Amino acid sequence: MIRVFMLVPGLEFPHFCAQCEDYPCVESCPVDALRVSKKTGAVLVDSEKCTACGQCIDACPGRIPHMHPREKHIVICDLCNGDPQCVKVCRKGSWNVLRTVSRRDETSYKLYARKPEEVTRDLAAKIYGEKGDEYL
Amino acid sequence: MILGYAGKFLDVDLSTQTIKETRFSDEILGDYVGGRGLASKILWDRLGDRWERVDPLGPDNLLLLLTGPLTGYFPGGRTCVSGKSPQSNGVVGSTLSGEFGVELRCAGFDGVIVSGESAKPVYLFIKDSDVELRDASHVWGKDGKQTVTVLTKEGRQLLNERYPRFGEWKEPAMLYVGPAGENKVRTAVVMTKWSHAAGYGGYGAVMGSKKLKAVAVRGTGPLPEAADIGRVKRLIKSLCNDVYEGEMWRRWGTGGGGYYFGAKTSSEPVRNWQEEWHDEKGYGVDKFENRFWMKQYWGDFGCPTTCLKLAVVKDGKYKGAITDNPDYEMQAYLGPNLGIFVPEENVFLSSLVDDLGLCGIQTGNVMGFAAELYQRGILTKENLDGLELKWGNTDAFAALVKKIAFRTGIGDVLAEGTYRAALKLGKMKKKDLLPYAVQSKGISIGAHGIRSGKDFPEIISYACGVQCGDHTSLTGLPLERNSELMETFNDSGVFCSFNSFAGSPKVRFDFYSAVTGVKLTKKEWCTNKALKTLQLQRTLLLLGGPDVTWNPRVDDDNPPRFYEPLPSGPEKGKKADRAAVEEYKQRYYRAVGWDENGIPTSEILAKLGLKDVDKALRNVRRRG
Repeated sequence: MIRVFMLVPGLEFPHFCAQCEDYPCVESCPVDALRVSKKTGAVLVDSEKCTACGQCIDACPGRIPHMHPREKHIVICDLCNGDPQCVKVCRKGSWNVLRTVSRRDETSYKLYARKPEEVTRDLAAKIYGEKGDEYL
Repeated sequence: MILGYAGKFLDVDLSTQTIKETRFSDEILGDYVGGRGLASKILWDRLGDRWERVDPLGPDNLLLLLTGPLTGYFPGGRTCVSGKSPQSNGVVGSTLSGEFGVELRCAGFDGVIVSGESAKPVYLFIKDSDVELRDASHVWGKDGKQTVTVLTKEGRQLLNERYPRFGEWKEPAMLYVGPAGENKVRTAVVMTKWSHAAGYGGYGAVMGSKKLKAVAVRGTGPLPEAADIGRVKRLIKSLCNDVYEGEMWRRWGTGGGGYYFGAKTSSEPVRNWQEEWHDEKGYGVDKFENRFWMKQYWGDFGCPTTCLKLAVVKDGKYKGAITDNPDYEMQAYLGPNLGIFVPEENVFLSSLVDDLGLCGIQTGNVMGFAAELYQRGILTKENLDGLELKWGNTDAFAALVKKIAFRTGIGDVLAEGTYRAALKLGKMKKKDLLPYAVQSKGISIGAHGIRSGKDFPEIISYACGVQCGDHTSLTGLPLERNSELMETFNDSGVFCSFNSFAGSPKVRFDFYSAVTGVKLTKKEWCTNKALKTLQLQRTLLLLGGPDVTWNPRVDDDNPPRFYEPLPSGPEKGKKADRAAVEEYKQRYYRAVGWDENGIPTSEILAKLGLKDVDKALRNVRRRG
């Protein structure tokens, strides 16, 4: 499940699970509704077990999980079982923002789990320069 | 039952601060679709009997923010803004892109109908079925960027407080007005993000007159149910594939026009249309691309074309200016039309116009008009509050833009738009100034001239269109190919016409049938349904009032400038031919069912089931 935030016009970015090495969301779940896929490393949600308590949101360094708008369970990117559809459409349109890579031990995945404001602030500095902060 | 609609419209009366829900019958939705078509119908039903007396900037007018059944389905969703136009005093279906329309439909509403006038500044906040009017005094007077910043933050805060366990809330989509709208400037726009605007029509002034600063919406539901979602998905895929083939369009958006329409087709406004040719390579798109564009593909939700380009001036005098592209119309009207040929200055002016909530076309046009009067010695430095309005004097134009937005000094006159300013200044100077006003029935001409015959508008496109100078609603013959009836469908759909360029013209009707479950062919649209909207728009335009009334025999015409020969370039000497315009006009009138004076005939109105409209036209026919 991928969401695109645009807290400031022109600074859109996709916000989705980074598969932290230590999976704090999985750790935080009081009812064992979250587990890690052996095949892809993605966090899988058991929507039957999930009580929509929201503890995984607070545990996530990027506050990435979000509630399903109508059903009572959390939503986290499951990497489409290893074949992410978002990557396909992005390449089809030749924007090439997304691609799949295999998991590597030396990567610090957790660095990519960031709150929308943090990502926006950095993008603002990059694109709008020193005044970028004003628009947040 | 017709599918593809949320079914409900918000009916907000700002005078009493009440919010109700309204529905329209399947018959009305089937005939008028949404957006521009439905706007014409709503305006006719609610204001038709007293149209001539309704002041566009008074509490009687309506502000309509409408989607259509294809919004969110057809790639590139838009929102249609309408009402009685303070420019043409008729109806314009003015559309803008962005996520507003899609969010609104996901919140469960097809549109918002705003009536009355609030005593103090307010904004409307919609989260699914929770709808409330909130105080907006803290953002009243703020420019576009500040408004978006404050209200985005506030909107997310509200959502986080009310739904603390949801997680991070995405920003609500927002329509808003800048200072120009608040000050009822007739060239003010309704905006979204920082630089997307519903420009033609002047609806920023209508929204401002109601003291409605913004409408913010967050919808968490799905789009309204489609009749055949499998077919819709297939259509989306195939249309996107067609769009991806248009690499030039995707890469440069309309930004290639700044050079092309000057150098290649001689149809770009240069110094208030005194010329239409230039060969300034500084306006070559590569200059903009390499110097300013921080994002080469910038799109709104669901758009495969991504014609937006994010331009930022990184250093020099105009450092910090941010705008979209500028797209061709902004390049032309805030560039060569003002004698400005330096890209940095063009980006800066475009950014300024965005921040103030002004229409770049209408405001660029009225400033060009003022500058020509200065060139001819009709307006003096004293008349212009000390500004030296020489061609290319960017700082003088920047100062003038602010005067217009805040209605100070000469800006108060120019804020009335080119046509009204020409009348006012003409009275002051005891001179007919309309020959210098490049407009048609109150709406300034889009940046595509007709004299060279090499650009896409035809010699009657502006003169006979029901949206007058609007270059996105050009008309001509044959009806099924060159008239504004097809644009009427896009604006009623409501989706982006740029994406309708890809694939065959029939694709949009396939979309319509798949989404609504109601079969519609191009032929049925052009020979019946679209004509209903056209006759309503035409009738309301001819009724006009209270401050201006059009006489089609005089006003269904090109601006006088288009009958002057082009003075320069490879197309030098070319001009529009009066006899040819008159002959084409009469053929067009007959094709759409208008009499020789351009008034819809009783026969066509009876055929279309619009007998009440026929009655209203009696007065217009009597005017003679």
